[in-house]
Amino acid sequence: MTVPDELMYGRSHEWIRTEGDSVVVGITHYAQDQLGEVVYVELPDVGAGVAAGDELGTLESVKAVSEFLAPVAGEVLEVNGRLEDEPNLINDDPYGNGWLVKLRGSAEGKELLDAAGYREFLEQESA
Amino acid sequence: MHPWVGAGPEDRRHILSELGLKSIDELFASIPIGVCVDGLDLPPARDEDWIRRALGEMATANVSMDSVPSFLGAGVYRHVQPSIIDAVLSRAEFFTSYTPYQAEISQGTLQVIFEFQTLISRLTGLDVANASLYDGATALVEAVLFSHRVQRGKRDLVVVAETVHPIYRRVLDTYAEAAGVEIVVVAPGTDGRLNPDDVRETAPDRACCVAIQSPNFLGIVEDLPALAAAAHDGGALAVEVVTEAVSLGLLAGGGSFGFDVVCGEAQSFGVAPGFGGPHLGFFACTSKHLRQMPGRLVGETVDEEGKRAFCLTLSTREQHIRRAKATSNICTNQGLMALAATVWLEAIGGIGLRELATSCLARSEELKRRIADLGDPWRIAYPSSPTFNEFLLVGPGTGTELVARMASEGVLAGIPTTDWGGSWPDGVLVAVTERNSAADLDALVGALERLS
Amino acid sequence: MKRRAIRDEPLFFERNPRRVRRQGYLLPALDVPDVEASVVLPTELVREPDPHFPDLTEMEVVQHFHRLSQLNYAVDEGLYPLGSCTMKYNPRLNEQTARLPGLTSLHPLQPQSQIQGALRLIWELGESLKTITGMPGATLQPAAGAHGELTGILMIRKALEARGEEREVVLAPDSAHGTNPATATFAGCRAQEIPSAADGTIDLGALDQMMDDTVAALMLTVPNTLGVFEHQILEIAELVHSRGGFIYMDGANLNSFVGRALPGLMGADAMHINLHKTFSTPHGGGGPGAGPVTVSDALLPHLPVPKVIRNDNEFELMWDDPASIGQMRGYFGNFLVLVRALTYIWSLGDTGLRSMSEVAVLYANLVRHRLKGAYHLKFEAPSMHEVVFDDSIQSRHEVHNVDIAKRLLDYGFHPPTMSFPLIVHGALMIEPAESVAPEEVEAFCDAMLAIAGEVETDPELVRSAPHDTPVRRVDEVRAARNLKVTWTPDEEGA
Repeated sequence: MTVPDELMYGRSHEWIRTEGDSVVVGITHYAQDQLGEVVYVELPDVGAGVAAGDELGTLESVKAVSEFLAPVAGEVLEVNGRLEDEPNLINDDPYGNGWLVKLRGSAEGKELLDAAGYREFLEQESA
Repeated sequence: MHPWVGAGPEDRRHILSELGLKSIDELFASIPIGVCVDGLDLPPARDEDWIRRALGEMATANVSMDSVPSFLGAGVYRHVQPSIIDAVLSRAEFFTSYTPYQAEISQGTLQVIFEFQTLISRLTGLDVANASLYDGATALVEAVLFSHRVQRGKRDLVVVAETVHPIYRRVLDTYAEAAGVEIVVVAPGTDGRLNPDDVRETAPDRACCVAIQSPNFLGIVEDLPALAAAAHDGGALAVEVVTEAVSLGLLAGGGSFGFDVVCGEAQSFGVAPGFGGPHLGFFACTSKHLRQMPGRLVGETVDEEGKRAFCLTLSTREQHIRRAKATSNICTNQGLMALAATVWLEAIGGIGLRELATSCLARSEELKRRIADLGDPWRIAYPSSPTFNEFLLVGPGTGTELVARMASEGVLAGIPTTDWGGSWPDGVLVAVTERNSAADLDALVGALERLS
Repeated sequence: MKRRAIRDEPLFFERNPRRVRRQGYLLPALDVPDVEASVVLPTELVREPDPHFPDLTEMEVVQHFHRLSQLNYAVDEGLYPLGSCTMKYNPRLNEQTARLPGLTSLHPLQPQSQIQGALRLIWELGESLKTITGMPGATLQPAAGAHGELTGILMIRKALEARGEEREVVLAPDSAHGTNPATATFAGCRAQEIPSAADGTIDLGALDQMMDDTVAALMLTVPNTLGVFEHQILEIAELVHSRGGFIYMDGANLNSFVGRALPGLMGADAMHINLHKTFSTPHGGGGPGAGPVTVSDALLPHLPVPKVIRNDNEFELMWDDPASIGQMRGYFGNFLVLVRALTYIWSLGDTGLRSMSEVAVLYANLVRHRLKGAYHLKFEAPSMHEVVFDDSIQSRHEVHNVDIAKRLLDYGFHPPTMSFPLIVHGALMIEPAESVAPEEVEAFCDAMLAIAGEVETDPELVRSAPHDTPVRRVDEVRAARNLKVTWTPDEEGA
């Protein structure tokens, strides 16, 4: 399972990358592997405000639907429009072109894990 | 021992000993004593002859529509039943099979549903249709809930024509409160047709949908293009309800005029009237809203060798996956009824369906003409309004009385509107189909003459 | 094993490609003057002929459906060990009685004097179901189990309203069938999940914590979806009732205890019965079902209308009742399905129904006995009519329940229910039902054991299954990603 060192992680298997005063959010390699092939993504409206832990959107595979949660509070700045026609990007490139949402918010001081912490969390999960 | 229970006393003893058990009771030990019984207070097992006789008696205690000239409609119609329908439905591979979750061994069922979806789509003029719903009344409910969802729950008002079938409206009322919608009813004009301006005025900018029926409860054909426009002007979805599906053989489906949903009852397509069930609800909408559509859906795909195959798809909308967030709580479709309709439509054929519908129209027009010729005390309630195969007849007394008197004359003249009151006179809805011969028409007109 | 060529069957729309005029059915001769549609009806409303709605000969249609039918597995072919579905024999007698002309050609709105036999039939079935469940009231209106659930929850809401209370929470265990929470939401309630205890039954402690005056009802399946009887059912009912709530019982698993126990004694306030499960009405490739609901005294006043009432030897319909929840669908129920269920109940009789559930439970335990060890059994509690294994042993070889299911198709069996209940990962829920002979159950076990062996020696064979079906494994991802739900003309000659 790939866990890039430079990212932060949430306990519901989201990753967060800080870009100035905004954060980009996606789901991890582990999460997309559990979900199976994504066939559809429901993304939030641009401009919507969310609290940490709110449902940000849903990811559908053939047999299951998963919510993905906002790891931090913020306002939705941008959503990944490519996912409407290419939901497979989430499976193929979860940390790159499979990004989900860009929020105006901050990862500072939140209950997030760093890469090592997330790797440990994964080990406990699959135990 | 019983023929339908696979293991009798000897088989059971054998299996019990294989399991190392003395008595079957040991397998029921986990049931608390307080809820147990020694048996049921039911009659003993009956043989086939007994059952056929008992049910036969119940059957003959009824007056079947095939036994006398019948003109009953109001949402349930008597159309031709090609013999091959029952032959196909009796194939065990169709009627004893399960929901096609295992696509590899259900391609028969799946392809039938795909064909059904396509037929409904083409007849309604809309992009997509589902694998069917319970019946027309619940299809309307689903259409209203669908509209509510598409409007993101921001509009709680539902505008419904009074000339949508009263039973459908009763059912909608049952669901409305739980669904959080408010129903507003719009009465027809004096010509029995809905006025688009009345629709516009009723709830501008507040309705999630406007639901109309065509042909409506009075048998009258509505002005579909104007009504779709009126709904859209107020930002509402336009929903057309069809209770006489055969009308789609001659009348274009609402999709051609901009309706967002066409739904209703397809019982006329080869499903027995069956005292009200099982029937066949249908639902079609634009592809834009496909994900909000309730019910099962079959899609086309390929297998691993690239061969065309079909499977259930978009299951994620449905209850077994979405659970609390499902688009509906529907689990079954009306599989066997959808098969009946598909066989019926494919046997009747495209040109055949048009001929069948024209036959209904011709017979209905002829009957209207002959009744009009009778003059007093009989009259057609809405003589100048266009109808397809059903119209409201008014005479002396209530509709219920009239139907009773006609029954003693040996004719099932129609469905009385006495108990289904509204902005229309108390009379009898007379439905005419391709099965009503000239002799049937003679019988009805003759009976009316005798009762004058 | 069927080994002969089965042709690919084109779609109806691909037949008669030159769109030549053919006739599939001879209509009654037009013995009245013909009309021109666009003269009689508003011209703009008359449809254009559809060039892609062909006409075929009768035999073409017969052959089309005959060939399609050959692609289906069915109960008549062999075992369908689908947990929670109760796939039993669909007796041919049912098919005869359901086709009696005096029953099929009836209009629901005919005057009551003309439909006494039909009303009597509905009443008889209702009485039988009341006896079978030990409950005082019944409605036969719901079109399916899920519809019955909705009816039950709406009646509960109405009863609360009559008490002047408003409770919006409905509890359901995490093992519940998806219809349960979906129904709660559909009924305008909020579904809340109750965790199961370690043995898979409802956690009484959790229930104690969650059961307060915001909870309208607890929805539970008895036995539960693991095939395990809720041994604390009386305590559960007492707890819920004492705090003003109602018990809704999902009757999907009724086949396990008919004639042995009464839901009425378990404290059920409403229970739906799946006639297409317990009472042998056919599944029809997906429906129609029927989901009558039996009710306790508390919910009796709120039954849906129209109701069938008996007055001595006459039957009448009561269309209105202010205490009723209203009408749930057009007319009285899936009548021709009800006929089949009554036929079945009469044929089995008191002792037959009891032996039905006894053999159902016996067979499930036979399967458990034979497969235990080769497949992992997560919950050790006794199984009633179904047993839930999981694929954890096979997963070590990267073979999952889906693969086992597909490999079973090669052995000529329908697979068990999978991936449900959700609390068992990789579930294989097996319910043999009571209809088949013991040899069929044993043959199924033989096949499952053979597959377990193949997983050890040749896992790829199982992963790449099925091999012997009309189509190979179907690409469901592609179906969802490239949605195509109708045929369109631009795909000629596919």
